[in-house]
Amino acid sequence: MELSWLPEQEGWSDSLRALGALPAAEVAASLRELATSRLDFLKATKLDRAFQKALAEHGTLPGLEALRLAILGSATTGHLTAGIRLAGLRRGLAIEIYEGPYGMYRQELMDIGSGLHRFKPEALLLALDARHLVGEGASADAALDLMQTCWQQAKTSFSCQVLQQTVMPVFPLLLGNNESRLLHSPAAILADINHKLRAASEAEGVDLLALDQFVVDAGLAQWHDPAIWHRSKHEVHPRATQLYGDQVARLLAAARGRSSKCLVLDLDNTLWGGVIGDDGLEGIVLGQGSGAGEAFVEFQRYALALSERGVILAVCSKNDEVNALSPFEKHPEMVLKRSHIACFTANWTDKATNLRHIAKTLNIGIDSLVFADDNPVERALIRRELPMVAVPEMPEDPAGYVSVVSAAGYFEGLRLTAEDRLRSEQYQANAERTRLMETATDMGSYLDSLRMTLFARPFDSLGLARITQLINKTNQFNLTTQRLTEAEVAERMNDPRCVTLQVRLTDRFGDNGVIAILIARIQQKEAVIETWLMSCRVLGRKVEEACLNLLAELCAAQGAEHLIGIYKPTEKNGMVREMYANLGFELVSEQGDGVTQWTLPLAKFTPRAVPMQIDAPEFVAQ
Amino acid sequence: MTKEEIYPRLTEIFRDVFDDESLVATPEMTASDVKEWDSVNHITLMVAIEEEFGVKFKTAEVEKMKNVGQMVEHIEEKTA
Repeated sequence: MELSWLPEQEGWSDSLRALGALPAAEVAASLRELATSRLDFLKATKLDRAFQKALAEHGTLPGLEALRLAILGSATTGHLTAGIRLAGLRRGLAIEIYEGPYGMYRQELMDIGSGLHRFKPEALLLALDARHLVGEGASADAALDLMQTCWQQAKTSFSCQVLQQTVMPVFPLLLGNNESRLLHSPAAILADINHKLRAASEAEGVDLLALDQFVVDAGLAQWHDPAIWHRSKHEVHPRATQLYGDQVARLLAAARGRSSKCLVLDLDNTLWGGVIGDDGLEGIVLGQGSGAGEAFVEFQRYALALSERGVILAVCSKNDEVNALSPFEKHPEMVLKRSHIACFTANWTDKATNLRHIAKTLNIGIDSLVFADDNPVERALIRRELPMVAVPEMPEDPAGYVSVVSAAGYFEGLRLTAEDRLRSEQYQANAERTRLMETATDMGSYLDSLRMTLFARPFDSLGLARITQLINKTNQFNLTTQRLTEAEVAERMNDPRCVTLQVRLTDRFGDNGVIAILIARIQQKEAVIETWLMSCRVLGRKVEEACLNLLAELCAAQGAEHLIGIYKPTEKNGMVREMYANLGFELVSEQGDGVTQWTLPLAKFTPRAVPMQIDAPEFVAQ
Repeated sequence: MTKEEIYPRLTEIFRDVFDDESLVATPEMTASDVKEWDSVNHITLMVAIEEEFGVKFKTAEVEKMKNVGQMVEHIEEKTA
């Protein structure tokens, strides 16, 4: 009943003890690392306690998304919460849990004054135990009606994700192998409820927590102890609560787009036995004829099946590319073909670098990668360098690969769309396009491929410190090099005759932060640009043009008829000497010290085409 | 296993379960002596003890246990 895919972490207890001394910024990462190791329920209790303490101490923890989950049950649920919270932590979620009073789930849902209604859950788990649902005179239909009423109440009141636990098959068989023939048998009714739940939940947009399936996987004795049930009405065995919690968190994470998207596969001893570079095509172990060879085929089949339901496959191998490709092209037992692999990296660069490259090429977050590698050294490297990548603890025997990767539930999915099937092909096509783009010299299509969004806002008090910092440290792309104190920046922010702009740029690689600052002062019919500066890292992306479009629109709205640009040369700002000329301004004057003045009549101005989306809501309002 | 061997290991478990490094398991100790000893932690404690010593308590034994001393008697008996 262990979380078999997670590694044992050395020095776990020491790291736990060291938590208290860490600054808030590092606490979340350390907690997440502690949670991403193999926990028994006692360790879990301690870690959960430390997690709760850290939350109480720091308020929120940076890097964790908050989520409110309500658990409504018919029996004891208190022992389930730690496992859920830790599994959330493992996925970057800070789950706050509300537990309904023992057995009062109907009242909690119906009474709008209840604690549940005050809590306003974003997700609700209905955990009804078998003996509650299948009591005297029970029928599957009555049980379904009861649950459906609860779902509707939850959805109407909270518009939240609803999770329904399927019923744990705890009852003894009365007839035996053909139990379903005995209509009134509790075991038969229970099986019928679970069967009917599949269709009903899908129709009503409810997500099942397949407790009955977990019991099939591990055996009832692992999940349920009648002695504990009789003593204290714990239906789920305390030993199973980590797995239970992980399953709950998978559903929560999946609904929030946090499931993994891509399985990155090593080659030697992961997809086949042996080392292709040393053993050659004939020497590697794959396919019929040996147990190990068949185990590798099975793992490939599993990967292919995942790919067919929308999981992207990639390869990351330390090999010469020619060698790495040869089994894909020539080995008859290979199930995976080169065309199934959306991104194929075989080289001698370290794997962390290669994983970054894979995420970048596929245009997905690096936190949506799962890295399957038989080599513990490589796994340790990735866990250290890229803690956001999921790294299953692959067993030594390849026969166990499938069960470990599948037990981890990285790719939990909730709804299946036709798009799911198409997605893999699309990613492959995109990866190909990116590859072409990287070698292309066409600037226009390159810029389009960056998928930039420019966010323009007037100065605000929140941004003052950063704006002032940029004004005082930017040397190269700075037209006037006018330095200002924070108070002076605030004056301009509050001056109705000043048009101010702080500009942020995001692209497919992430957020570049605030990268341009503009201040124009309206003087009768002229708008004099007293500050225009930009961060050099976004040069050549047409940000100047986009800024000009916005500034022109804004100043025209204030009644200006001309934009006046000034360039004051310094030792460092030669790069922008011709900027106004390039943007279509006319030279008005040039002084002896090199200061030039430029003008742009707004009546004649037509906005430039720019390769990015513009997000500027404040300006639309004007 | 003797009582002398059982108590130190029990103390460790008590400290982990109840988050109190000052706890020392004694024969007279009962749930009312430990602030954190509630019904949820009680189950955690019993399962932790069962796993640590590789024993299984009978339902009737659990119900009759009045204090830690009686629990230790059972552990001693079962590990003999």
